[in-house]
Parts: sequence; C-alpha cells; structure tokens
Amino acid sequence: MSRRPLVREVPPTTWFFRHPRYMRYMAREVTSLFIGAYCLLLVVAMQRLSAGPVAWQGFLDALRGPGAIIFHLLAMAAAFYHAGTWFNATQKAMPLQIGEEFVNGSYISGAHYLVWAVLSVAVLFFAGVF
Amino acid sequence: MKERLVQLEVLRYNPDTDTEAHFQRYEVMCQEEWVVLDALNKIKADIDPTLNYRWSCHMAVCGSCGMMINGEPKLSCHAFLRSYEGVIRVEPLAHFPVERDLVTAPDDFMEKLKRVKPYVITKQKKPIEEGEYKQTPAQLMKFRQYSMCINCMLCYAACPEYGLTPHFVGPAALTLAHRYNLDSRDEGRKERMEVVATKEGVWECTFVGACSEVCPAHVDPASALQQLKIVGSIDWIVEHLLPGGKP
Repeated sequence: MSRRPLVREVPPTTWFFRHPRYMRYMAREVTSLFIGAYCLLLVVAMQRLSAGPVAWQGFLDALRGPGAIIFHLLAMAAAFYHAGTWFNATQKAMPLQIGEEFVNGSYISGAHYLVWAVLSVAVLFFAGVF
Repeated sequence: MKERLVQLEVLRYNPDTDTEAHFQRYEVMCQEEWVVLDALNKIKADIDPTLNYRWSCHMAVCGSCGMMINGEPKLSCHAFLRSYEGVIRVEPLAHFPVERDLVTAPDDFMEKLKRVKPYVITKQKKPIEEGEYKQTPAQLMKFRQYSMCINCMLCYAACPEYGLTPHFVGPAALTLAHRYNLDSRDEGRKERMEVVATKEGVWECTFVGACSEVCPAHVDPASALQQLKIVGSIDWIVEHLLPGGKP
C-alpha cells in the first residue's frame, strides 16, 4: 500500500462562485472600490476648489450630470453595505465582558450605528442642510 | 420505523490504482432519523466494504467525521438525512490532500497546531505543595468559548484563504493560540505572537467569516482572529512607536 495523497486545487480566480457566503464576502470587498473611487472624487474636488471659483463651479455642474448622480447612488449603497458589515463585525472584534457575562453583541454593533447616525446628522447640520 | 431510499454520490480515490478521483453512486435504505454517517456505515456494511472514511464518537464530540456534504463542511454524524433532498454528494474535507476516499491527511493542521503552542506556558513551575493554579469564573469565561474547539478542521475546509494560500496558519490553530493567550494562568503570549502576528498568521485572514459559520462547536474562530489582529496591532504600536516600548 502506497501513500499518494491527491491534492485537489482550488480554482484561483473562480473560487468565490462555489458558495453564496463567498459571494457575500466578495460583494463586501468590491464595495471598497466605490469607497476608493469616492475618495478620489473628493481629492479632485479639493484640487478644483483650489483652482478658483470658475473651476469649482465647473466641477459642481459636472456633478449634476446623470452619470455623476448614478455613481453617487451606487457609492452610497456600497458605503452603507460596507459600513454595515464593518459595524456588525465590531461585536466579534471587541467583545465586552462584565463580570462573568459578555454584553450582548447587538449593543456593541448598535452603539456604532448610533455614533454613525449622530455624526452623519452633525455633518449634514454643518453643511447647512438644516 | 419510517424508512426511505437515499442516494449518495461519494467521492472515491484509491492511491494504488487511481490517478484521479471519481464519484460513485450508492442507493441505500435509511431510517428517517439517520445521519449521513449512518448511511455510510450501512453502505460499508451491506454494499461496499472498500469505502474508507473516519469516524469515532457519532455524537459531534470527537471531530473525526468531517466531510463536505453537498459542498458544505459538516460533521457527517451531525448531518441529518432529512435535511437533504435528492442525491447527497459526499466528498472529503476541502483543502486537505485526499489519502483515500473520504479520508484526508491532517498533517498540515497538526504541524500548525504545534507551532502555536496550544498549552499553558508558565515561566516558573509552582511546586505541587503550593497548590493548584486558581482561576475565577470570570477569568474562565474570558476564553471558555475558544476552548470548545474539537479540532474537526471544518473551519479549514470552509476558509478560502487556507485553500488559496496553504501556508496560512488557519482558524482553529490561531483560535487556540488566542484561547491560551487569554488564560490567566498562562505566560506564553510572547512566544505565540511570534507565530500569530505574522503574514502567515492572523494577517492572512481577510475575515470571510466562513470558519464561524461552519463551526459545529460554536467556537466562532473569526472573532478570535479579529481580536488577535487588534492585539497584534497594539503590540506593534507599543514596540515601534512608544519610546522604550516592549509589547
């Protein structure tokens, strides 16, 4: 009897099609592209702002185009999903033990959602939305 | 007692004669409350004695009978036939070399388990006369969940990182490292972190979270690994950014 173990390779580029949980993971990772693209947009915005009022107005006009609006909607959806997965992870990464008991994880994630909501309202307030 | 005819498609591989694995279909009369392991035992007893697989306790404690059942890592003693419809596909645990049929080679996992030193390390042994190492219930609760691992390797079969980059130390071994790091009696954290806080260690984990979803003992390895990332980061900051800092 010989020992000749069979190695079954994992397909390096298509492995995530094998299970819905891997697809969910990839969806989470792909949201980073939108977050990254939005960060680039902010950098461009600052550059346009420093270039003077005409350049800034041109940038604002460009944002009103349908392509820019679709991008913003997609980026916002990606940001919500990304933030949600991150906040849901906090209860795993930062468990809180009081005495012999652990605080229910939903409180830890919930606290992050709450801070997110408060900060968002503050940003909107300082931006003059209300 | 209610019975039904169950069809199983089992991966077969004989290292003496085969160059590739193939599936073999079996039809076997099973009782309604049976698990996949019972069906395999029935096949081996009545139909095909050449079928190879591991099992021992038949009660989800020993961790021996892990297999891919319809593509999902499961303990076959914990996978009820009534949960499946149609043909049930049974394969050896993914990401491990197949020794024969459903038997995999766990050597890589065993080597990684050794590397993380999954035992209490003390700098100085106490003489027996000084009594036991005491621990409060709160200190026990800190790591108790992570001590429930049964080394079944389902988390490795679920982890795509391990499948793609086999040098990854992996969920169960890292979780056990964390379990001992959290133990109030232990003084071996520094030794373990040399293995844990590395590229091959916890930083290879991208938090797919599959390990926790398949764990039959509800250990939640993903949480242990995320906590280890925080510990590793704090150690790095202390060592590199604080004057005279030692983690």
